Amino acid sequence: MFTSFLIKYAEIGVKGKNRYLFEDALVRQIRHVLRRCDGEFKVHKTQGRIYVDALTDFDADETVEALQTVFGISGICPVVVLEDQGFEQLGRDVISYIGKVYMENRGAQEGMSFKVVARRARNNYPLHSMEINAQLGGILLDAFPALRVDVHEPDIYLHVEIREKIYVYSRIIPGPGGMPVGTNGKGMLLLSGGIDSPVAGYMIAKRGVKIDAVYFHAPPYTSERAKRKVMDLAKLVSRYTGPVYLHIINFTDIQLAIYDKCPHDELTIIMRRYMMRIAEQIASETECLGLITGESIGQVASQTMHSLAVTNEVCTLPVYRPLIGMDKQEIVEISEKIGTYETSILPYEDCCTIFVAKHPVTRPNANIIRKHEKHLEGTIENLVEIALQTKETVIVQ
Amino acid sequence: MGIDYENINGEFYHMEVYLDNSATTKAYPCVAELVSKVMVGDYGNPSSMHMKGVEAEHYVRYAREVIAASLKVSEKEIVFTSGGTESDNLALIGAASANMRAGRHIITTAVEHPAVMQTMHYLENQGFQVTYLPVDRYGVIRLDDLRCAVRRDTILVSIMYVNNEVGAVQPVGEAGALLKSINPRIVFHVDAIQGYGKFRMYPKKMNIDLLSVSGHKIHGPKGVGFLYINEKVRVNPIVYGGGQQKGMRSGTENVPGIAGLGKAVETIYENLEAERAAMYGLKERFVQGVLQIPDVKINGLTGEMSAPHIVSVSFRGVRSEVLLHALEERGIYVSAGSACASNKAPKPSDTLRAMGLEKALLDSTLRFSFSVFTTQEEIDDTLQALYEIVPTLRKYTRH
Repeated sequence: MFTSFLIKYAEIGVKGKNRYLFEDALVRQIRHVLRRCDGEFKVHKTQGRIYVDALTDFDADETVEALQTVFGISGICPVVVLEDQGFEQLGRDVISYIGKVYMENRGAQEGMSFKVVARRARNNYPLHSMEINAQLGGILLDAFPALRVDVHEPDIYLHVEIREKIYVYSRIIPGPGGMPVGTNGKGMLLLSGGIDSPVAGYMIAKRGVKIDAVYFHAPPYTSERAKRKVMDLAKLVSRYTGPVYLHIINFTDIQLAIYDKCPHDELTIIMRRYMMRIAEQIASETECLGLITGESIGQVASQTMHSLAVTNEVCTLPVYRPLIGMDKQEIVEISEKIGTYETSILPYEDCCTIFVAKHPVTRPNANIIRKHEKHLEGTIENLVEIALQTKETVIVQ
Repeated sequence: MGIDYENINGEFYHMEVYLDNSATTKAYPCVAELVSKVMVGDYGNPSSMHMKGVEAEHYVRYAREVIAASLKVSEKEIVFTSGGTESDNLALIGAASANMRAGRHIITTAVEHPAVMQTMHYLENQGFQVTYLPVDRYGVIRLDDLRCAVRRDTILVSIMYVNNEVGAVQPVGEAGALLKSINPRIVFHVDAIQGYGKFRMYPKKMNIDLLSVSGHKIHGPKGVGFLYINEKVRVNPIVYGGGQQKGMRSGTENVPGIAGLGKAVETIYENLEAERAAMYGLKERFVQGVLQIPDVKINGLTGEMSAPHIVSVSFRGVRSEVLLHALEERGIYVSAGSACASNKAPKPSDTLRAMGLEKALLDSTLRFSFSVFTTQEEIDDTLQALYEIVPTLRKYTRH
């Protein structure tokens, strides 16, 4: 019965003269996600609204699910589109709509309240909006004695918009919120195989940021399956963010050099510093405006305030840490919601854990770390250079 | 991503050393040819009444003849399945449910493959009692333990021929004789998935009632196997449908798979003794070579007391997964634990634990498994790689 969706967006509305940029980005992303749905669609902006019209048969559930991955959408309204065949016919159609949506599926709920919200966008319609509200309300009360009218806090807002055609809708399915991807620059996500980093990427992308990613691969200590897993995670994230450029860095020799030259309890922290340096290097080559990590204060030794400070000091780009104040359980809940959890918990070792000391430092001192890093001078520059030159880049979508 | 065909056909291909033949084997070329011929040419359904069906039936009948001859059993005692796991399931669930009025006690070993182990757990949930026989430090059961485990209500005993992780050969012939001397009504199942094609085995002489075999461990196709069912033993089917294979295993026969399986059996038993002797030679060469590395332990027996194609080695201070991937970088493919569970957390092997292997070595153990295609040069290359990799890996360890 629904052949169209009205797309509601929240924050775009306040963006002043740049509003059209945001709307265009939203339309682009909607078109992109609809490509993975059955059916053909027309996505168009009409009088400050975005509509998705189905031109062929389509799968409503699948389409709504796809739209729910588009940042910037605050609500999705399934719309019944009617030809204008006079007010009497409209009355019958509205009765049939309410009957189908509220009475058949949910069972007639005693005392359910409603309000008709008419909007006459076409001046030549014989009734104006107040008259439409009153008359349709009366028709519905006659047809469904169980219903009652409440103009202040109704259970059902029945929207009737008179344009070339007549649009009837009442349900609003929540969208993901946020802003359309690509309207806020690009960031470089440090993607491991864990639970946190895909969630971090999702959260920053939600603010309109396009995501590239870097993964540190350490063969033979990490397996080909671990790499595939990271690609799978990038693919899941790309459902929300659009195509992700995933840079894969062979990190083994750098890790072994650190192992050879530096104290073992500082291994992880020094390794993180080199990851940040390499990520920043790739970021600057690919026009990313910041780094994104899944760090959360105190989660592991390398994520204490002290450790974060020591890791942070090697970068000049801002490092965005959207999970910084979240508990593990909160992060897990988001990863379940966005569908990355099951892949994240596959038990392949990632390069952060292979040489982890039994008691890594939790309060590293930046001066001491810098002093110990000096042991690497003379070899590490070359290794970093090789790692950057041999990086493999795949487009994941 | 995707397959790099240039590498497969070029240099990379020649560097490949496949020593994971207990996981699966490369098909004989004659098997692949036959499977392809049946799939595109003689693709009929054996149940069809027309010529196309008769032709297809011929392949199934011929494979049955070859397999029955290899075991010296009757053709009607062979049931084709989808592979080793289904054969084990049919044997255990089918025999347990058909004989439960005589009792509900089952005996097996602590070192079975998950296809048997998990089926036993299912049967325990169905109200059967299962006794798990321990093994000695070589992975072999003791007949005295078996004798003591048999009860008046024991209906079924399942013992594997060759252990898939360490290559231990169980005394199945002696076990069969012992069981029949205690109670001839006990049904005796042997999981011969790693043993068939390496040894000649005759169920009638060895008192084996049910025997499971898989195609892809003997250079045949995946997705096909068989179960020998002694005609005097009662087994209920576990798959119902169109009544094919006398109702024991409904479902249209996997004709290309079955034809390929028959061809593999024919080929592998043709020169069995010579090829087995060659494999024992390779195994001995490998064992002697690997023992040159300090702090290395061979798990299980070697020589003709063991299977010719499996060697389990523990490398102290090396994580098996890392060594596996380091060998992989050189085109050498081996296994850590059982390949059947590679999508799950690498879990220390039950077999090695049952053998009492010390904890520190459980996660440092690799399995090298050979086939008729393995060459001496490949063994030497692998040893050379180990000589180079193991000392390096021992330098970099977790603290």
